[in-house]
Amino acid sequence: MSETIAIPRNPAPPDTPLKEFWKYFSENKGAVMGLYVIVFAIILAVFADFLAPHSPFHQYRDAILQPPWWLEGGNFKFILGTDDVGRCILSRMIHGARLSLFVGCIVVTLSLACGIILGLTSGYFGGYYEAFVMRLMDIMLALPSLLLAMAIVAILGPSLKNAILAIAIVVLPHYVRLTRASVMSEKNRDYVTASRVCGAGPLRMMFIVLLPNCMAPLIVQATLGFSTAILDAAALGFLGMGAQPPTPEWGAMLANALQFIQRAWWVVTFPGVTILITVLAFNLAGDGLRDALDPKMKR
Amino acid sequence: MIQFIIRRFFYVFPAFIGVTLLTFSLIHLIPGDPVELRAGERGIDAVRHAKLKAEMGLDKPLTVQYLKYIRGVFTGDLGKSFVTKKPILEEFLTLFPATLELSFCAMSFAILFGLPAGIIAGVKRGSPIDHTVMGISLTGYSMPIFWWGLLLILFFSVQLGWTPVSGRLSALFWIDTDTGFMLIDTLRSDEEGAFKSALSHLILPSIVLGTIPLAVIARMTRSAMLEVLQEDYVRTAKAKGLSPLRVIMVHALRNALIPVITVIGLQIGVLMAGAILTETIFAWPGVGKWIVESINRRDYPAIQGGILIIATVIIFVNLAVDLVYGIINPRIRHTR
Repeated sequence: MSETIAIPRNPAPPDTPLKEFWKYFSENKGAVMGLYVIVFAIILAVFADFLAPHSPFHQYRDAILQPPWWLEGGNFKFILGTDDVGRCILSRMIHGARLSLFVGCIVVTLSLACGIILGLTSGYFGGYYEAFVMRLMDIMLALPSLLLAMAIVAILGPSLKNAILAIAIVVLPHYVRLTRASVMSEKNRDYVTASRVCGAGPLRMMFIVLLPNCMAPLIVQATLGFSTAILDAAALGFLGMGAQPPTPEWGAMLANALQFIQRAWWVVTFPGVTILITVLAFNLAGDGLRDALDPKMKR
Repeated sequence: MIQFIIRRFFYVFPAFIGVTLLTFSLIHLIPGDPVELRAGERGIDAVRHAKLKAEMGLDKPLTVQYLKYIRGVFTGDLGKSFVTKKPILEEFLTLFPATLELSFCAMSFAILFGLPAGIIAGVKRGSPIDHTVMGISLTGYSMPIFWWGLLLILFFSVQLGWTPVSGRLSALFWIDTDTGFMLIDTLRSDEEGAFKSALSHLILPSIVLGTIPLAVIARMTRSAMLEVLQEDYVRTAKAKGLSPLRVIMVHALRNALIPVITVIGLQIGVLMAGAILTETIFAWPGVGKWIVESINRRDYPAIQGGILIIATVIIFVNLAVDLVYGIINPRIRHTR
């Protein structure tokens, strides 16, 4: 008895990294849904000027606290109703998307850049420098992030710019620790030794040899960092320490909502739903990214 | 074990010094002159300015100022509030029980619901129950809690009228605050219905503050259960013919609890941050609301002292968690 093994004539080429990534990522339905929501939010933010039916600042004095269109007294002019000075809530929410995503982008970029530099250098050089940086990060982690952010805002004064700066400082330790941990585990690999033997200098070692191999956990953390940034910015806005009125920021829109809770539930409900959906989308996408990028999960 | 405790104490020291440095530098980082800030908007002449500066100790070198500050910290002298002129420590201590009570109830709520939910989700992996629990906990984790509080007030207080909107106790009662914990004080008093009133005031804030810890605990319990259920000793227990309930509750859960306890300890910081928002929404007279008010009033000694005490509390809670962790999991003592 002879057994023949059929060898396929044209073996399929291996998937490109991007294709392989998408294969794993798209298995997670929640993550894909999150990604759609994020893309939708980005479109809203970019084309806010064309998509919003009204100006986010214009006060329609004849339509104060008008309910959404499906309720008695509402009409299609203000689909989601108006707030206490007659501004269109839908328009303010669409413009708020721009602000929240902007906050997320700046915070993540700032903290990622500083975190990578501090983490790479402390992991690579070690010694007293590393001990100093890591202890500093430990102290920052000992404080609740919102409290530390509030303290920073208390020093700098309340504004959206200072809120962004405060949040970026507060989330920094996560990136530093993550980068350092990756560097420590990669540092003694053969390919690192090989490039050192080839005469690579410290800068090349850190940013060209080590960094690309430390990126996977950082990408995941950066995605999740968007949700933290949006939540914290909204919380600061709510407390009156972030974006100042009349800026259409989602958290600041809720700051005075408690007064109208008896008369106008729509003023309270919609901005919060938007924050929740956006944050949820980033968390879902982040979880999906982690599963797709974590080699341990790959079968 | 003793060596482990000593080593862990040495981690606390630099963190504490760092926090004092941070709060100390706060007053020097504010733009503008702290003396003029204290004097208010009226402005002061040069003589009075110098006198006030000396009074505040700001005319000495920074190191001397810092040492003086540290001595104050260790003797419980954190300065006086600009606004109420009362010592900071005294103000903090009268408000702290309210925050503690709220945090305790929130944590109880989170554990009471989060732990069973996580266990069931872990045991019934992939079932609709698992998906529901994970969906809810991810939503809870993403929740802007200040809005969640507003929503609950809107529904339960305004629409249904079941719970009070704000405060700790109905104005109908007058209770001597001996312990500062309203539940205990009302139980000890003779006022009828006071305890019920205090309890009903606690429900909504506890749910709001407990939501994020609940989500974290449920997620952590589930993943710890999943890991433990694959272990050999669980299979052995099953093979011995023990009832599934006993295998899960006794053999699996005890080991799964180790990481869960750590996570519960780490939630203390989350609770303190959450308390700032929760207390603001529900007008709960605790330290969170006090800090927000102090920042809005630019009452810098209060901000300084408040941050210092809260950070110290968290540092020591983390220490306690680590020590408990070392006791229940002997493996940790010998690593690192």
